Amino acid sequence: MILDSKIPEGPLAEKWDKHKFNVKLVNPANKRKYDVIVVGTGLAGASAAATLGELGYNVKAFCFQDSPRRAHSIAAQGGINAAKNYQNDGDSIFRLFYDTIKGGDYRAREANVYRLAQVSVNIIDQCVAQGVPFAREYGGLLANRSFGGAQVSRTFYARGQTGQQLLLGAYSALNRQIAYGKVKMYPRTEMLDLVMVDGKARGIVVRNLITGKIESHSAHAVVLATGGYGNVFFLSTNAMGSNATAAWRAHKKGALFANPCFTQIHPTCIPVSGEYQSKLTLMSESLRNDGRVWVPKTVEIAQRLRKGEIRVSDIKEEDRDYYLERKYPAFGNLVPRDVASRNAKLMCDEGRGVGASGLAVFLDFADAIKREGQPAIAAKYGNLFEMYQKITDENPYENPMRIYPAVHYTMGGLWVDYNLMTNIPGLYATGECNFSDHGANRLGASALMQGLADGYFVIPYTIGDYLAQNPTAKVTTDHPAFKEAEQAVIAKNNQLLSINGSRTVDDFHKQLGHIMWDYCGMARNAEGLQFAKGEIRKLREEFWRDVKVVGVNEELNITLEKANRVADFLELGELMVEDALQRNESCGGHFREEYQTPENEALRDDENYAYVAAWEFTGVGNEPVLHKEELKFENVKLTQRSYK
Amino acid sequence: MAGSNPNAKPMDLTLKVWRQKNRESAGSMVTYPVKGISPDMSFLEMLDVLNEDLLRGGQDPIAFDHDCREGICGMCSLYINGRPHGPERGTTTCQLHMRHFNDGDTITIEPWRAAAFPVHKDLVVDRSAFDRIQQAGGYVSVNTGGVPDANAIPIGKSIADKAFDAATCIGCGACVAACKNASAMLFVSAKVSQMAMLPQGKVEAKTRVENMVAQMDVEGFGACSNTGACAAECPVGISLENIAIMNREYLSAKATSEHVA
Amino acid sequence: MNWFTKTFSSTLGRKFIMSITGLFLCSFLVVHLVGNLTLFRQDGGEAFNIYSHFMANNPIIRTMEFVLVAGFLFHIYDAIVLTRRNKAARPVGYANSHPEQNSTWSSRNMGLLGTIILVFLLVHLWNFFVPARFGELEGVPNADYLNLYSEVVLAFKNPIYVALYVIAMVALAYHLIHGFQSAFQSLGLTHKKYTPFIQKFGYAFSVLICLGFAAIPLYFFFFV
Repeated sequence: MILDSKIPEGPLAEKWDKHKFNVKLVNPANKRKYDVIVVGTGLAGASAAATLGELGYNVKAFCFQDSPRRAHSIAAQGGINAAKNYQNDGDSIFRLFYDTIKGGDYRAREANVYRLAQVSVNIIDQCVAQGVPFAREYGGLLANRSFGGAQVSRTFYARGQTGQQLLLGAYSALNRQIAYGKVKMYPRTEMLDLVMVDGKARGIVVRNLITGKIESHSAHAVVLATGGYGNVFFLSTNAMGSNATAAWRAHKKGALFANPCFTQIHPTCIPVSGEYQSKLTLMSESLRNDGRVWVPKTVEIAQRLRKGEIRVSDIKEEDRDYYLERKYPAFGNLVPRDVASRNAKLMCDEGRGVGASGLAVFLDFADAIKREGQPAIAAKYGNLFEMYQKITDENPYENPMRIYPAVHYTMGGLWVDYNLMTNIPGLYATGECNFSDHGANRLGASALMQGLADGYFVIPYTIGDYLAQNPTAKVTTDHPAFKEAEQAVIAKNNQLLSINGSRTVDDFHKQLGHIMWDYCGMARNAEGLQFAKGEIRKLREEFWRDVKVVGVNEELNITLEKANRVADFLELGELMVEDALQRNESCGGHFREEYQTPENEALRDDENYAYVAAWEFTGVGNEPVLHKEELKFENVKLTQRSYK
Repeated sequence: MAGSNPNAKPMDLTLKVWRQKNRESAGSMVTYPVKGISPDMSFLEMLDVLNEDLLRGGQDPIAFDHDCREGICGMCSLYINGRPHGPERGTTTCQLHMRHFNDGDTITIEPWRAAAFPVHKDLVVDRSAFDRIQQAGGYVSVNTGGVPDANAIPIGKSIADKAFDAATCIGCGACVAACKNASAMLFVSAKVSQMAMLPQGKVEAKTRVENMVAQMDVEGFGACSNTGACAAECPVGISLENIAIMNREYLSAKATSEHVA
Repeated sequence: MNWFTKTFSSTLGRKFIMSITGLFLCSFLVVHLVGNLTLFRQDGGEAFNIYSHFMANNPIIRTMEFVLVAGFLFHIYDAIVLTRRNKAARPVGYANSHPEQNSTWSSRNMGLLGTIILVFLLVHLWNFFVPARFGELEGVPNADYLNLYSEVVLAFKNPIYVALYVIAMVALAYHLIHGFQSAFQSLGLTHKKYTPFIQKFGYAFSVLICLGFAAIPLYFFFFV
């Protein structure tokens, strides 16, 4: 299989404009003859569904939540990047492009990232026009803040709830199309399979989560905007329902899965408090603008602190190690997420961690409060401080916060070309669901940008190009391909329901999470990965032998829902390990202990690994086949990332 | 592990939970004892523990809505000890922690009760009425593309802040659950007033408020008695002032709009 | 339905009517109380009888009487319609509910308070309005008006009547404490600057008006 990224010819800055001119168009009268399915209603899905509806296509949108407004984009806190240069501080499209490529440790496509930076400015215009209440200056113009991995202020925000406000904007646009009848919305409906006819994606099989009914929907194209797969780790900042099932089942139907091992571990999360923990809560990275990260200078002080013999306030200034400021004077506390996370792990591995478990570092606002006063800090971060206090019962205005890294985002995802189409004709993947724009590490405030760029400004053009070349004739869901897929879904559900073993789904999920976190988390090595691979296989076999799923299919059955998702995580986890094993280098979120500089920085191998690893499914338990898409860098020079 | 309160002792509790098989069947309160609950657990984690126990015993676990568990998606609900989202002000159920309860407590857990929110199963209710109200007009009619530059529409900081305060509604339905009339005024008014305050929303303000209120009535929510229970129980502090703004917008729209039907 | 009936049969429209009629009835209370205060004059009821004669015969007042009746009827009718709607909005109630932790008792019991006031109103009309208007009162010697005053004195010697009046006035006070400021909210008349004043004024208004009315039966019962 030859992977054709379909990157347009020509100079970087002209590729997208040229491509937009070259793509085929569907005339307005014909658009209503095409049906498009959009799965997922987060930023990428809701924006795509709304925009395609506006253009005149018949859209069916699906989400597993009770309303499209609940998609997990809503939880994004910090902000959204755009190269508006409203602050006159030297920002430009090229700089946003450059920062994103560099932040991604040179493992993303130049052309995709440049396009992302280009359309970033349109996103802000669009959202403001929808009535998104971004933060503003007293003069009435938009405010910006700075974010990790950048030296300019280009992040637009709505207090600590930017994702919520952007999603509600996209949801409102979606609602408008639902009211017009251009989008038909199916909430509480989960996609369980992709249906292909003549080698093209022509529909999906879904389960109605209330009645359990298995149904098919046909279309001319299918867009997956189903988010990331961070919940493989059980504990992550993802929502409880976030899952990989739609993407994974498309993968099993032939869609390649790219760079699955690129997982982002977010540095500022609230530490784990016990075995019962169901999820981890992120504190926006924007906190690092004013908070200073530190641990005690010596292991001995850290030990006394953990035992409760001394209090934080007893530790003298000279006994505090502001390690990020010390090691990276240029960026200080604002180094990219992977660097910040890995350093926190290093400190804890050295025995200098804090909190009862020793798995935490301090994020201290004392200086900022002294400098700006508590009201100013409360105005910026009030809701985050409140959330921290609610969860931990500690007042962060008085004591430094305790933070620890947690799985947050997955850069990997379905392989897509420049048009965001997977290798299956007619199947698209947008937002976190695809692998395209963030390379091996995503910069803060870039996920919202990518989701909306894909949905509002990319897919509406590129999907037209595909549809224009395909006939308007519909396939009905009576087609044998649909019946076959439905039968397979029903059989799988029945199998899960009939095992009646002794272990719960959560039990398996937690165990998988432990394996992934320990061996395929912030730091990996070949030996550990090999071990993990065996463990996951064993666990998967045990799952299919001994899982306990109660109830029947024909009802709201939360255990069956989970079992389907975890069954897929058990397969995906193995692929992540496989991918981490083959990538004998360290880059971004993928840190292989064997490949590091003397200063413990990630050591890339551009000679041998400047490629996208796209995996082909060959059957459960079989070795997947690796396809490589070489990455060409014509506009940036590959350098060792340095934030010193 | 790193529990924030090392002195906190595990608690034993009695739960009285509404169980209902599906929309058609009758339900009842069922009592479950739970043991060894850590005060650092969230309320939903406590229910997770119970559900794991139920599952191991081959019983149907309790269905409840939840997703982000960060207090922002608005999916979690639950009427706990007589109040929506439990005893803590400004808190969603997922952010409610067991440290606010005591060893030996009996806790009642019921679904949101409203004709417009029928029960799907156990504690899961159908809130699609909220979506239909938003579809009736909770948007600015702009297509993607062709909009002015973001800074071409200056908006005073205080207005932007007030609009944000209204826009922060998470759509959980606690206002309806708290209201003695199961009224949705606070939810509807949050969107109406957010849009009415902003220049982008003013263009369609009249149609929006007329249509959203009409849909709200169609859905079967009650009227407003101005008791203030909704705002008192709102986990994100949506203000009652929004209802006044909606009333004002509605009356002036009805008096001056050109919709005669 | 045309836009007009649609508007006033919507939940918001009905609340609009509730508040307009409610505030109008408040103005009636003021006029009524000012007149009744003549009962405290130590003139054997002369001023009161002149006042009641004026009220019964002045054409403007007689016209306003119809408006007043309409105000009551609309207020009561919409209250019934809204209450039925509100009950229907929650067909299954909670097993355990603690509304006292999020709202005041009076705000939740306007219907109950209103019903007490309505019962009182009917008794009150039967006692004073009907005889005054339909001529069962005796005339005052050497004057062209009737002696309602003696009727008042007689009625307020009855402890059951006095108790009913006082209880009704307490109910009215609570009804007004919530209703007065609530009317402004329903009309959308809120403002950072004025709303706190409206709320305080409403409270004082409710208490003073009801104290004023309640003082009359108590005064006659104990001191006349």
